Amino acid sequence: MAQGNNSIKKILIVAFALCIVCSVIVSTAAVALRPTQQLNQELDRKTNILNVARLYEPGMDVEEAFREQITARVVELETGDYTDEFDPETFDGFEAARDPATGRTLSGDRDIAGLSRVENYATVYLVGDEENPDQIVLPIRGQGLWGRMMGFLSIEGDGNTIVSITYYDHSETPGLGAEVNNPRWQAQWEGKEIYDEEGDLSPAIHLTKGGASNEYEVDALSGATLTSNGVTNMLQFWLSEEGFGPYLAKFREGTEPEDAENTDTDFEDGEGA
Amino acid sequence: MADVNAKSVLTAPIFQNNPIALQILGICSALAVTTSMSVSLVMALAVIFVTSLSSFFVSLIRNHIPSAIRIIVQMTIIASLVIVVDQILKAYAYEMSKQLSVFVGLIITNCIVMGRAEGFAMSNTPGMSFLDGIGNGLGYGFVLMVVGFFRELLGAGSVFGFTILPTVQNGGWYVPNGLLLLPPSAFFIIGLLIWVLRSVNPEQVEETEFKMKENSKPQEAV
Repeated sequence: MAQGNNSIKKILIVAFALCIVCSVIVSTAAVALRPTQQLNQELDRKTNILNVARLYEPGMDVEEAFREQITARVVELETGDYTDEFDPETFDGFEAARDPATGRTLSGDRDIAGLSRVENYATVYLVGDEENPDQIVLPIRGQGLWGRMMGFLSIEGDGNTIVSITYYDHSETPGLGAEVNNPRWQAQWEGKEIYDEEGDLSPAIHLTKGGASNEYEVDALSGATLTSNGVTNMLQFWLSEEGFGPYLAKFREGTEPEDAENTDTDFEDGEGA
Repeated sequence: MADVNAKSVLTAPIFQNNPIALQILGICSALAVTTSMSVSLVMALAVIFVTSLSSFFVSLIRNHIPSAIRIIVQMTIIASLVIVVDQILKAYAYEMSKQLSVFVGLIITNCIVMGRAEGFAMSNTPGMSFLDGIGNGLGYGFVLMVVGFFRELLGAGSVFGFTILPTVQNGGWYVPNGLLLLPPSAFFIIGLLIWVLRSVNPEQVEETEFKMKENSKPQEAV
């Protein structure tokens, strides 16, 4: 090995040249492969939505099934009405939360799901007839034990009965918290009810230790108290009046959420209860 | 490493000088990714790719690497290759990359890759280093596949996702052993594998560092 290799000049040249070459290779790979990766993510998201709506079968044509059975709409959370301001195909709730125009900061005591910022609009997925959907799939997210958990919750057309829940992105402990995606645990959610008979917008659904005793309780994950708390908190948040509460209330009262054009005239309809 | 010829460089690491079984390197990822055979296979291919190419490139510029920053130079090359692999997996094997999650990124810290770059590629020609990288990747992959085979077969009753032993949950007769789906079971399987390899090749057994005294009997102690 040449002795001159250890001169400061040579060290700098080698380090600099190596950094340039490596960064070019890495960024080329990242940029060139991004479209394919996004396609994959999109397909994965659609598969998850079909999955949480119990429509997914292995080997099915996801794109086609999604197009035929599912309509995406953007909802204004505060009023619970649909809006045409955003394209549901491209609207990204997580991005919208960070934008001051479409998101708001949550103060400490209201931020039970650990989100810090939340969007004012959200994409919902309607299964079946758009006017009178069989199921409504809502995006939910919140803090678990190790990090943010992103998932979907599907609710029957009555706006109260849960069909299923799934998480497509989380970093919970394998074997404990990661059991949120165990089909046997997910199956417990079927038929559970979100709101009790009092008729307000505070959800009654929660996870509980030692076995569920009524239709508002789901058995918590054993050995994963903090993940279970995270799941309860994010449901409590997203189904309350801060989240999809006003929107779901319209289904429970039988008044359909209004389309964007009519919001001004019939605005008061959904605000009762 | 007295005789450096292509064949021995390529095949020796598989059985005689296996990086996991003899050098006991790269155990961590072997525990994490071997719950099913298909995941093990993808991980093995990724490691073969990274080890061979990183050894090749390190060897290519070995005469210009200042010894003061050689580890950083090796790491940079390895890290770049790992990111490329990760990006490729995300684009063409999305499901697989989700299952492998952080473990593709953690190839960077796999001692096998580093060990070959530092121990072999720094003092051998690019061609040999490339073959050495493939050989060690194969040795790693061999252990991964064996461990993956037993864990998937006994833990989930299937091989490559095809049901061999129908499990009770799916209406069959086989009660799967849940322990085999958890990382500690890989320790047992790797341990047994090392035992088998050392029984076949007794020269792999290290010399005893000290000899235990025979057990003293209780009455002698009194």
